[in-house]
Amino acid sequence: MSTDSHDVAVTVNGTLYRRSVESRVLLSDFLRHDLLLAGTHVGCEHGVCGACTVVFDGVAVRSCLMFAAQADGHAITTVEGLAPDPDHLHPLQEAMRDCHGLQCGYCTPGVLMTMKTFLDETPAPDEGQIREALSGNLCRCTGYQNIVDAVMLAAERLRGRSP
Amino acid sequence: MLHAAFLRSNVAHARIRSIDAAAARAHPGVVAVFTAADLGSQWAPGPLLVPPPPIAGAVFNQHTQVPLAKDKVRYVGEPIAVVLAHSRYIAEDALADIAFEYDPLPAVVDLESAIEDASARVHDEVRGNIAAHVRQSRGNYTAARGRAAHVIARRFLYDHGASSPIETRGMVAHWDARANHLTMWDTTQAPVFLRNGLAAMLGLSERQVRVIAPFVGGGFGPKIMLFYPEEVVVPWAAMKLGRPVKWIEDRLEHFFATTHERGQIHDAEMALSPDGKILGIKDVFLHDTGAYNPYGLTVPINSQCTLLGPYVVPNYDSTFTAVFTNKPIVTPYRGAGRQHGVFVIERLLDVAARGLNVDRAEIRRRNFIPADAFPYNNEIIYQDFTALTYDSGNYEPILDKALTMIGYREFLDKEQPRLRARGRHVGIGVACYVEGTGIGPYEGAKVQVQANGKVSVATGIGTQGQGHFTSFAQIAADQLGVEVSNVDVVTGDTDQFYWGAGTFASRGAVVTGNAVNEAAKVVRRKILKLAAEHFECAEDDLEIGAGAVSVLGVPGKAVTLGELALKANPMRGAVRPGTEPGLESTQYFGPPSGATAAGVHAMIVEVDPQTFTLEVLKYVVVHDCGTVINPLILSGQIHGGVAQGIGNAFYEQLVFDDEGQLLNASLADYLLPSALEVPRMEIAHTVTVSPLNPLGIKGAGEAGAIPVGPLFAQALEDALGLAEQKVELNEIPLSPNRLFALTTKPR
Repeated sequence: MSTDSHDVAVTVNGTLYRRSVESRVLLSDFLRHDLLLAGTHVGCEHGVCGACTVVFDGVAVRSCLMFAAQADGHAITTVEGLAPDPDHLHPLQEAMRDCHGLQCGYCTPGVLMTMKTFLDETPAPDEGQIREALSGNLCRCTGYQNIVDAVMLAAERLRGRSP
Repeated sequence: MLHAAFLRSNVAHARIRSIDAAAARAHPGVVAVFTAADLGSQWAPGPLLVPPPPIAGAVFNQHTQVPLAKDKVRYVGEPIAVVLAHSRYIAEDALADIAFEYDPLPAVVDLESAIEDASARVHDEVRGNIAAHVRQSRGNYTAARGRAAHVIARRFLYDHGASSPIETRGMVAHWDARANHLTMWDTTQAPVFLRNGLAAMLGLSERQVRVIAPFVGGGFGPKIMLFYPEEVVVPWAAMKLGRPVKWIEDRLEHFFATTHERGQIHDAEMALSPDGKILGIKDVFLHDTGAYNPYGLTVPINSQCTLLGPYVVPNYDSTFTAVFTNKPIVTPYRGAGRQHGVFVIERLLDVAARGLNVDRAEIRRRNFIPADAFPYNNEIIYQDFTALTYDSGNYEPILDKALTMIGYREFLDKEQPRLRARGRHVGIGVACYVEGTGIGPYEGAKVQVQANGKVSVATGIGTQGQGHFTSFAQIAADQLGVEVSNVDVVTGDTDQFYWGAGTFASRGAVVTGNAVNEAAKVVRRKILKLAAEHFECAEDDLEIGAGAVSVLGVPGKAVTLGELALKANPMRGAVRPGTEPGLESTQYFGPPSGATAAGVHAMIVEVDPQTFTLEVLKYVVVHDCGTVINPLILSGQIHGGVAQGIGNAFYEQLVFDDEGQLLNASLADYLLPSALEVPRMEIAHTVTVSPLNPLGIKGAGEAGAIPVGPLFAQALEDALGLAEQKVELNEIPLSPNRLFALTTKPR
């Protein structure tokens, strides 16, 4: 291995992974190719489309704009970690299905992770707030309308569950 | 697995002097570097996908793309060499080690200068860069013009952009030397054609090639193109090296390496009667086909035909010249040239309405093909090689519904004056269109009842998010009386279904949907026949539903489809002559010609007169695509189409300099609409079934994207009061900058 490598210890979806990575390896590539978590999609590699969004220490970030080495010591949630268990979807995922909020589905993991943190912070959003929060995630199939509806539905259902 | 990276031309037009890959080959981690010379006898231009339709006098100069450039490069991004390495990172490192030397040639960029004799030539033997020249006419335009009360003539520019699916193209090729078998996972919209073509190119039989197009991340047309250079080079390299090879297009590559649509220049005139009826249209246009023309005439033919719209145009004289340029290849992108034509006629009608002082909606109504005139033959040849005949339609109810939903009269009479008095710049637009959909040749489907009672449906088309799994399952479920969730649909795997064409031209639901229906009908008959034998009763005494066949009026006397499937494939006994094992059928459906969908879009927009940014206050779509299979999926298709139409109308433009360099090849500079630019849409339907298929379906995939350009132009003119300033918006895309320039130009 080249001398240009870093030992990283990163917690992804609750599991601690230890790997040695080249300094130039993108976090998105690390997640997909080293950890085989291919749910994180890559659409542009310059931070515009939002498909690669993951939750990094509670904040939605674009994994194509970070190096894997920067994740050392941090906790990441990818779309694989969104559902509570293999038999149930997260309310956002359920609402996306109910509202036909995805067509090809390629942007969907990024949309879900962005909206997850958005709803954590904004449990009762209006449509304008959702569109603003969603505006960093490009979707070429849906025209966004059914995604917006899905987020509103998920917010409603999540509020219903809260004490 | 090896990873491929392509060295691409950084100049638009040059003669290749030398390619030295020695240093790249020596790069640690690199396994091989190949250029055109290495391909040997396998180097060949790609196939002509769609030959020119049989139009008298048509000129067509065929020049299809090559796998790796040999003597010349003809556009920025054209592949020159491929590096195969242990990782994509290393492969890209090694690209920098390849010495590519060339003698630059003048780039052919501008359409009007490209057709001059003195122009540089994209293909040395093609003088004037004429890729095609086609004239189609109906009636006698010159005579119609002679008796016209009004003739209006304008120049229109319409540029369409890059389809930009969020998943770029990509593929993995795996050659299994022991089995002599190639498997190719590819983001293609046409897996069967890809298999057949690959087999021919690689010297294999079709049985030795399996193409799998899994859940492809958007397509919108450009993922049909066969054969992209990478689609030839990657499997060839996998066979040559005996290793699986993967290539994923990055976003920068996508802007060059995947086909575009792009621009046309129309010089059009319309002759009208005193009361605003169209007597005739003459149109002469140039079409940018890029460096190669593998897709034949499809895009400009669509422009030529779709220009006629839902209107009676008794005399039509249309001539186009397709022009080779040193720019990426043009093939269909959602709408596939229809936008360009619709823009021309809708804008001409707007100009005519203003000149005649007729309401914009009214002039359209006066020219609609009447409901009793179908099938309506436009007497020119369409992209599917048949006469452009509209199978059915009823356009006035579509317009009426759209006007009601948008509040057309109320807005013009009350709302707009009220808002204008407050200094707000609000405008309304209404645009009509037809869309030829559901063309042949055919698709097929295999429907099979499994022993577990589930139904399997396999088809040959690919899927990029159109909801095929749901729609086809619904059709099969209706015939076979099972829950939709008990129907498994497979698309895009050539080992699951052997024949087919692909997903394009708004044809999946029409052609494959009907094939599924036909196959399910046969399976239904087999089920009833077998159940009748089982119960020793007449088929008329049986009822099919809830995954079982039951005897009418005898509660509890039922047999499940799973049990029947087992009976249909017995271990002992004889299968009678003339019967087949299993509850299975494969059927094909090929419509005689395309089904014509139609629609009206209406919009209220507000413009900031200082910044020329806009806000769409209301957007309405009324659409007629015959029988609706699934309203939710249909709405989703329309939403997405409109969003792409909005991008085309106001945000997206591929900007080339005069060297043929694309200046905005990133998503930061080429602006796809976000959730803030795409408004909420209200959608309604009318239903005029198609007589051309048993389900009465017309296609809907492209409709949303088609009329948005003229709608924006019209509504923005209205909002900004441009008629009073004698400014017309006769080009697309517009943008804040472009509106500023057009409204402040010296007059």
